[in-house]
Amino acid sequence: MALATRTPGRSGPARTAPPAPPRGPRTAVGRFWRSTIGKKTVMAVSGLAMLLYLVAHMVGNLKVFFGPEEMNGYAHWLRTIGDPVLHHEWFLWIMRPLLLLAVVAHGVAAAQLSRRDLAARPVKYAHRKPRASYATHTMRWGGVILALFLVWHILDLTTGTVNPRGEAGHPYENIVASFSTWYGNTIYIVAMVAVGLHVRHGLWGAAQTLGAGSRTRDRALKVTADVVALVLTLGFLSVPVGVMTGLVE
Amino acid sequence: MTSPYLDYTTGDPIADTKAPAGPVAERWNRRRFEAKLVNPANRRKHTVIVVGTGLAGGAAGATLAEQGYHVVQFCYQDSPRRAHSIAAQGGINAAKNYRGDGDSVQRLFYDTVKGGDFRARESNVHRLAEVSVEIIDQCVAQGVPFAREYGGLLDTRSFGGVQVSRTFYARGQTGQQLLLGAYQALSRQIAAGNVEMHARTEMLDLIVADGRARGIVARDLVTGRIDTYFADAVVLASGGYGNVFYLSTNAKNSNATAIWRAHRRGAHFANPCFTQIHPTCIPRSGDHQSKLTLMSESLRNDGRIWVPVRAGDTRAPADIPEDERDYYLERIYPSFGNLVPRDIASRAAKNVCDEGRGVGPGGQGVYLDFADAIARLGRDAVAAKYGNLFEMYARITAEDPYATPMRIYPAIHYTMGGLWVDYDLQTTVPGLFAIGEANFSDHGANRLGASALMQGLADGYFILPATLADFLARHPHDEIPPDHPAVTDAVSEVTDRLYRLLSNNGDRTPDSFHRELGEILWDKCGMARTDAGLREALERIPALREEFWRRVRVPGSGSDLNQSLEKANRVADHLELAELMCLDALHRTESCGGHFREESRTDGGEAERRDEEFSYAAAWEFTGTGTAPVLHREQLLFEYVHPTQRSYT
Amino acid sequence: MNLTLRIWRQPGPDSEGAMTTYEVSGISPDMSFLEMLDTLNEDLIERGDEPVAFDHDCREGICGACGMVINGDAHGPERTTTCQLHMRHFTDGETIDVEPWRAAAFPVVKDLVVDRSAFDRIIGAGGYVTVATGSAPEAHATPVAKPAADTAFEHAECIGCGACVAACPNGSAMLFTSAKVVHLASLPQGAPERETRVLDMVGTMDDEGFGGCTNTGMCTTVCPKGIPMSSITTMNREFLRATRKGGGSR
Repeated sequence: MALATRTPGRSGPARTAPPAPPRGPRTAVGRFWRSTIGKKTVMAVSGLAMLLYLVAHMVGNLKVFFGPEEMNGYAHWLRTIGDPVLHHEWFLWIMRPLLLLAVVAHGVAAAQLSRRDLAARPVKYAHRKPRASYATHTMRWGGVILALFLVWHILDLTTGTVNPRGEAGHPYENIVASFSTWYGNTIYIVAMVAVGLHVRHGLWGAAQTLGAGSRTRDRALKVTADVVALVLTLGFLSVPVGVMTGLVE
Repeated sequence: MTSPYLDYTTGDPIADTKAPAGPVAERWNRRRFEAKLVNPANRRKHTVIVVGTGLAGGAAGATLAEQGYHVVQFCYQDSPRRAHSIAAQGGINAAKNYRGDGDSVQRLFYDTVKGGDFRARESNVHRLAEVSVEIIDQCVAQGVPFAREYGGLLDTRSFGGVQVSRTFYARGQTGQQLLLGAYQALSRQIAAGNVEMHARTEMLDLIVADGRARGIVARDLVTGRIDTYFADAVVLASGGYGNVFYLSTNAKNSNATAIWRAHRRGAHFANPCFTQIHPTCIPRSGDHQSKLTLMSESLRNDGRIWVPVRAGDTRAPADIPEDERDYYLERIYPSFGNLVPRDIASRAAKNVCDEGRGVGPGGQGVYLDFADAIARLGRDAVAAKYGNLFEMYARITAEDPYATPMRIYPAIHYTMGGLWVDYDLQTTVPGLFAIGEANFSDHGANRLGASALMQGLADGYFILPATLADFLARHPHDEIPPDHPAVTDAVSEVTDRLYRLLSNNGDRTPDSFHRELGEILWDKCGMARTDAGLREALERIPALREEFWRRVRVPGSGSDLNQSLEKANRVADHLELAELMCLDALHRTESCGGHFREESRTDGGEAERRDEEFSYAAAWEFTGTGTAPVLHREQLLFEYVHPTQRSYT
Repeated sequence: MNLTLRIWRQPGPDSEGAMTTYEVSGISPDMSFLEMLDTLNEDLIERGDEPVAFDHDCREGICGACGMVINGDAHGPERTTTCQLHMRHFTDGETIDVEPWRAAAFPVVKDLVVDRSAFDRIIGAGGYVTVATGSAPEAHATPVAKPAADTAFEHAECIGCGACVAACPNGSAMLFTSAKVVHLASLPQGAPERETRVLDMVGTMDDEGFGGCTNTGMCTTVCPKGIPMSSITTMNREFLRATRKGGGSR
């Protein structure tokens, strides 16, 4: 047995030093980005921006059901938005970096937060409860799937690099070509389900992060998130389904 | 054979010399004016040790630090926020007279002296009543969410046999909210570096050198390290000693070690037999019971207490018709009914159970019935008032109190006795102060409901900071060398004792001794005490103590977290304190307040107080373990509230 | 009842730990979970083994000292504290897993005992109203509307047990922190420090190594005091408001 006895001093152990000044940045922006709530706010705002884009994208996709002329015409119109103030495709080139910024900000914040979150529980429970981490996992891994899909999607239908047809200015034909392959469909369907799950929890989470939730509103918010996620997923999935069923050819 | 402990001697009378003379209402003002002050620039140079972080300790630590003193504070819990004040439910009294129902400082003073059965010091009680109003202001400013009315003003209720509505509350969690207020104020000072907080650190001895308290010996419960801490003054705010009884409403780890060690070092222990037994606790469910849970006495405002008329009636309560129920409190005490003071309600419950009319397992319970209240006010109104208590009851007993009456039984709740202190809250050891439940001062022989929170906060926020300054200003600190024999003695006594516990290698657990001690005390020094019973207890306790030191087993080592060692060390002190409690109960052959001597009753069978002989506080001086202590009497003078036999019939 | 217990035993902060199996018998359904562990510990001491260390104190569900993860649930299958969980919620012959709170910010001290002092530091960072003793105005000088007082109380009920952190997949302390932020932000007394409080408390919470909130709501399902999810949302709003107002902190 060891009973440690300390040599007595005037006040026992050394007096506590005054607390160290708060570490980290002192500016409002620095503090904001450094805090978990700040990063989540960045994720919420960038996520909502991407969601708006996705809704517009999904609505545009439905043009495919009205034939190649309408679809290709729509694609052409996108390049003329803002005319005559904006030059041809300027609108798209303004949107692209903004979207890229949203994707990067969303991804960086997500990666940093995930790293924190994983570090916050270094030892796992021996008795696992799957439901606890369901939402977190769908967000985290769903996000990774979406990031990978994004690369594929751009190579497929923007640059046409991996598209079986890949002819610029003919999106309708490219879409039909892509969805005529098994892998094209599989990748797309998996990704769209991931989009649905991601939006479902993400929209609700964004509302919470931005402080929009309340006890009375939470139910409505959850329903809204579910509906938006479902409509978005169904809308996107209707295109490959249309191709597969021959509705679109 | 009679215990040598019984041969106590009577020493010089003791008197409070600090309360100024003059009208009672002016004494506190005069004392504050006459008290010397410490120059703000010099306060940082004064170190004050505070043991405990409950209402008294938390409030004192925060206030002293805020005033500029260097505070070194201790609690055995992992956080100062967990002190047992947190469990107080009912409320806190204050003479605000917001209801215009005739309340005043004078009336609160009167009620407290009378409720204490004329065994408290008038000067102290009057000061408590005066300060009560400031407490509410302070706590509201801290953001304590007291119950409010729709107009936005504070709500109050009447509580525990008092006829004015002076009790402020925060649902059934008033203690929690007040404690968190004090804890937050303390946290601010910890963060600011003004309080050096030692959580999970337990005081194991007091260092007294050259007639003055110099510091403490404490054990870091995580590392086992034993340290000495020095200070200009030591404040004990370590709470009461109800856990001597094993089963009580105290927290499991509440203990008497700090005050008992101080007593051993020269602080007189006053009125140890004055313990309060609370009438509305959930009865025990079996031998495994580890503690008892109190339900707020506010339940008695709407619940009706009854037992079957016939002994041995085992029918379900719903099957017992109205005319076969005995609403015994309403019957015996028609003007107060179910709201008689705690001691009377407790004893009445014991009497009906002794008659064989108790209900529930073992016949140790009485019904507390809300059927009438639900019929009168509606279930929702009852739920709004008592919902959390009903939930708690249902969770513990698996019975629904909305549908079937609650079962309640008395349990040890509070100890009015404690270290003797003067008006300045200083013990008989210069430089050692005791505040809150740790001292004996304000509640006499019985505490009124909602007064404990009031006293703890009054001592901590307002009284001690004023009187301690006077001590510090008048007694310049002279450092003692760290190798002073008083220091090395205290350290080696502590280490020797722990070593002895660890190396004993017996065959009984510390808890088994604690349980056995508790049974002796509950039977012999509980709700009703007799000469023969107390003498028997005084035989059995030393024997149990001897057996403890022979047979206790404490596994593990002293150099890490060892909860058995903590427990055994506390039980060892309980085994000494219990003996003093029984002696005090034996010597006080009157009945008063929470102390009911079977031999001292009126013709009607009620408690009979005997003022000619016992109008004093009994301050006991320690002479050695198991050897007879010395009794010092503090005669109590009643200049303003004239003693009358309490009558609640 | 007879039960098999698999309990995390870890001798000290830096030691390895492991789930260890014990059999207990003669357990009454009326026992609390802690009384069941008391029974085990009494047996262990009599056998000369070290009893299982666990934090506990008031045993009436208010001090917040006790807490263990029982079969994967913080505080076990009922929404209450471990001390108020009774054995009637288990079945005879059952195997029960008992683990400490798991979080980087709550290092294990011994067995089921963890160090939750990070919570104290979060409160110390701003979870108070600065009011020197004796300087308070008359209590009735500032009326507080009942709904605000009720909201404050509901959040002030937090007992600081740490179950929210234990249950959160990210070990986040958002619910604990928000309970205090919302309590004080609901009251006029808390208004002068409203911005600095939330910024400083959130800053300290992050510095202590808790994870972020992913809105899983697990914290609220285990909270023995029923602190609602809206508490976190309100704190987010308070944080954004304070940042917008210039983000000054102490």
